[in-house]
Amino acid sequence: MSEIIERSAAGIAAQVNAKQAGALEIAEATLAHVRSVEGEVGAYLTVLDDLARAQARRVDERIRAGEHLPLAGVPVAVKDNMCLEGTRTTCGSKILENWIAPYTATAVARILEAGGIPIGKANCDEFAMGSSCENSALGVTRNPYDLSRVPGGSSGGSAAAVASYEAAIGLGSDTGGSIREPGAFCNLVGFKPTYGRVSRYGLIAFASSLDQIGPLTRTVEDAALAYDAMGGYDPMDSTSINKPLEPTAGSWRDDLRGLRVGIVREFDTKTLGADLDTIYRKAYADLERLGAELVEVSLPTADYGVPTYYLVAPAECSSNLARFDGVRYGLRVDGADVRAMYDSTRAAGFGPEVKRRILIGTHALSSGYYDAYYVRAQKARTLIARDFERAFAQCDAIACPAASCPAFVFNAKSDPYSMYLMDYYTIPMALAGLPALSVPCGWATPEGGSLPMPLGLQLTTPLFAERLLLDVAHAYEAATGHAAAHRPALGAVRA
Amino acid sequence: MNVEYEAVVGIECHVELKTKTKMFCGCANEFGGEPNTKVCPVCLGMPGALPVPNAKALEHTVNAGLAFGAKIPSFSKFDRKNYFYPDMPKDYQISQYDMPLTMGGSVKYWLDDGTMRECRLTRIHLEEDTGKSTHAGSGDGRIAGSSYSLLDFNRAGVPLMECVSEPELHSAADAVAYLESLRRTLLVLGVSDVKMEEGSLRCDANVSIRPVGSTELGTKTEIKNMNSFRSVERAIESEIERQVAALRAGERIIQETRGWDEVHGVTHPMRSKEEAHDYRYFPDPDLVPLEIAAADVDRLRAQLPELPWQRFERYAREYGLGSRQATQLVDNVSLSGYFDRVVAISGNAQQSSNFVLGELSRLANEHDVAVAESKVSPEHLAELIALVDSKKINSKIAKELLVRMWDGAGSPVAVVDRESLAQTSDPAAIEALVDGVLTANAAVVADFRAGKTNVAGFLVGQVMKASRGKADPALVNELVQKKLSV
Amino acid sequence: MANDAIDIRYVAKLARLALTDDEIERFGKQLGDLLGHVNALADLDIASVPATAQVVESRNVTRDDELRPCLDRETVLSAAPQRQGGFFRVPRIIAE
Repeated sequence: MSEIIERSAAGIAAQVNAKQAGALEIAEATLAHVRSVEGEVGAYLTVLDDLARAQARRVDERIRAGEHLPLAGVPVAVKDNMCLEGTRTTCGSKILENWIAPYTATAVARILEAGGIPIGKANCDEFAMGSSCENSALGVTRNPYDLSRVPGGSSGGSAAAVASYEAAIGLGSDTGGSIREPGAFCNLVGFKPTYGRVSRYGLIAFASSLDQIGPLTRTVEDAALAYDAMGGYDPMDSTSINKPLEPTAGSWRDDLRGLRVGIVREFDTKTLGADLDTIYRKAYADLERLGAELVEVSLPTADYGVPTYYLVAPAECSSNLARFDGVRYGLRVDGADVRAMYDSTRAAGFGPEVKRRILIGTHALSSGYYDAYYVRAQKARTLIARDFERAFAQCDAIACPAASCPAFVFNAKSDPYSMYLMDYYTIPMALAGLPALSVPCGWATPEGGSLPMPLGLQLTTPLFAERLLLDVAHAYEAATGHAAAHRPALGAVRA
Repeated sequence: MNVEYEAVVGIECHVELKTKTKMFCGCANEFGGEPNTKVCPVCLGMPGALPVPNAKALEHTVNAGLAFGAKIPSFSKFDRKNYFYPDMPKDYQISQYDMPLTMGGSVKYWLDDGTMRECRLTRIHLEEDTGKSTHAGSGDGRIAGSSYSLLDFNRAGVPLMECVSEPELHSAADAVAYLESLRRTLLVLGVSDVKMEEGSLRCDANVSIRPVGSTELGTKTEIKNMNSFRSVERAIESEIERQVAALRAGERIIQETRGWDEVHGVTHPMRSKEEAHDYRYFPDPDLVPLEIAAADVDRLRAQLPELPWQRFERYAREYGLGSRQATQLVDNVSLSGYFDRVVAISGNAQQSSNFVLGELSRLANEHDVAVAESKVSPEHLAELIALVDSKKINSKIAKELLVRMWDGAGSPVAVVDRESLAQTSDPAAIEALVDGVLTANAAVVADFRAGKTNVAGFLVGQVMKASRGKADPALVNELVQKKLSV
Repeated sequence: MANDAIDIRYVAKLARLALTDDEIERFGKQLGDLLGHVNALADLDIASVPATAQVVESRNVTRDDELRPCLDRETVLSAAPQRQGGFFRVPRIIAE
């Protein structure tokens, strides 16, 4: 495996900008590596050989012409729920199995404009619904650190691709934790910006008021670079924030002196078992060693996060997914009349988790239930947001686990609700629209497992405080370096 | 004993707004064109596409609300109306549910005889139009019996204003007069072309009847498929008749949707809905709310043009014009603007209206040139009117002059002076002419005295001829009669 | 807070999803279970709390009435499951 593809995105871009390496050679090296590991990892549903090469040539031309591109030659994995013109964009679903996107999502276009090279469309839970990538109808993705385990979800493919060096930046989407949890499971930084900071135009909607695109990377600096390239106002998205974007990459803090970090009383890590409890308490202690003052804060409505989310998100998705009807694109299963066609098409095209969420969402919006379910949940959401506001009056950032356990084995969570609980720690921030990320904070060998698996520390800050968030994460990463402790357990990756 | 029934009618209109682009995307908003050539990811409901509202459409809707005296709430939003139908690209329609852009208001309208009436509006809200479907295999293009359908999404996403009236109309004529006033107003505001034949104005009627004097509402039916105002009138009349006959025969009225059959002049029940739609309205999370500042509302209200009903009232009440004349003027903005300028100068509304709607309009039609674009300036027409009013010229000369003015003769006062066209009104001069004619036509005079009184006209004609048309005809007639009866 | 079981058949009809009897039973149980957890929301005192329709506080986001390029028809129709000439084609629509 060529050494350059193990570098960070920042490292690759620096080399290409300095004309010490070409985008095309990096693309070829990445594609070769993809061929050798995909059999094990299965991160990509579609590998974009031709597009990658064409894009790489364009980047090389621009570099020759004297341009400096923040992501020059950086291999990128694009989650398959993001439109990239001319590519198969499936959302991990049979209903879009052969759909070719006729346009490109704004965020993706900006990454490409910044010099990124699209290596492939990454696997994901169907329509971004899931926490393990097991809900994909089109492929299986495995955790590069232990192939018998899930990579997390829903952005499991993007996470696995970056973890196995098949890309340096993975574009994921996070609705209730779908970037942060796979980030934690795959030893990566998984960053979800403030709602509205990254355009959703071209991101195939799951829950419109929650979805956000964000990067999965091997370093905090890379996450910052990716965010700086793709964030910012987009007139094609009404919910996109029209506020100037301050760059987050560069001029990092050396320590956390002067900052208060909130530890949530309700998130008692003893409930996670002795190993994880030790790891998280050490992580908090490390923050303190960096100069942060630890403060206890309370999120009394945290427990209501999962029930709230599993009403709001399905309600919105039940409406967002109505367009998949076999009329204008995608799968069609014929019927005697149009209604029969709708019914059969959607029955054949959607998997069970998607059906469950459409059903519960439709129910929550239906006559007689709207107030009791949907409206009540949206009010609970206000309470959760207010809890964070109160907490942030006492601290600058909050630290907590990203997930309640490391990556589990396939089929471990067959009961839907037990899978929903995987989002327990990540849902509240999403409901409040806050920026949040997961950064590697240690390793634990799960019960019954033989390989050490990564764990993620979740950090979150008030709305629009991405700069602070990435700064805290960067300082923690620099001081602890947990990610380097182990290598992916792949044949093609040197131990 | 036959109970007397009265009809209760409400009208629901969908108006396509006149904007360059669609409601939520930048595709062209124009009638016609090859199917599926004015579409994009947004209006096709493609995965990942997002709506962004057209500011012009919002402004048009607020203007319409203000023109009808509606209240513009300070907070408004878009909601999703969820249902499946092939012409709906997203299988939900972005519409407004409980916080529309305008609430209340009324449409003032007038009947043929000039009576002014008023029908309150429930609301006007903004939404997006659906695509168009055509049905094949049924022989008559209708859905029933068709074997497949074809879809064109050019129209999908066009901004649509829904105007809902209260059930305060009481006859088919009432309903049509209401629609005419609504249409005229929207046309004057420039917010829509309001052409039923192009689909930029569509309407449905809700019809019920109740015993005269009752205040409760009877069961209503919804009438659809009316393609012109004439259809609306016939359909409502037909439905009222049907309901009265049904109740008189002891039957119940079923709440249903009925389609108007233009060919047979009746309404037919459309297949009744299996269950009422559960639209599951909820605020559209892809759009942010609208906050309309009172200052902006005031500014828009101050910029409203004179509305058709206001203009009608001005013409009828202030100028005493008949209902038909007033309506004709109201319906032609450029003509009524011209008319207003003529009246301002001449001060004689009736004469102005006579000329403008009479001879001038006839010339305009003949030459296919609008009156306001002709060579007859309002100033010169006012001169002509003054010449006729002061009896300086007679009406025959005036008519001839007008034709010459149409061709560019310019100021009629100048022409009259130059060519001595002034009417002879000098009694002495006319008397001399009359004497001359009577003397020259002694035999005719004798006939008159013998009882053939109708020959007086011939003698008047002779005097007019002798004066080369310039004699005041009224005076000539008077003098001839006087001298003949001596 | 509503405690009745979901009428899966009715909801599936609204959502235009054909379900097998097995799915109806299975989903009924799973979603009943979820609703059981969701009922915890009944504990919350939300009497005077506004609903969060959106986290962003933007208002009046609109665009100018200006033309933008549309999609080429062939691109659009090439994705159609069934087309006829310049149209999308669907099986008969039963009139309502």
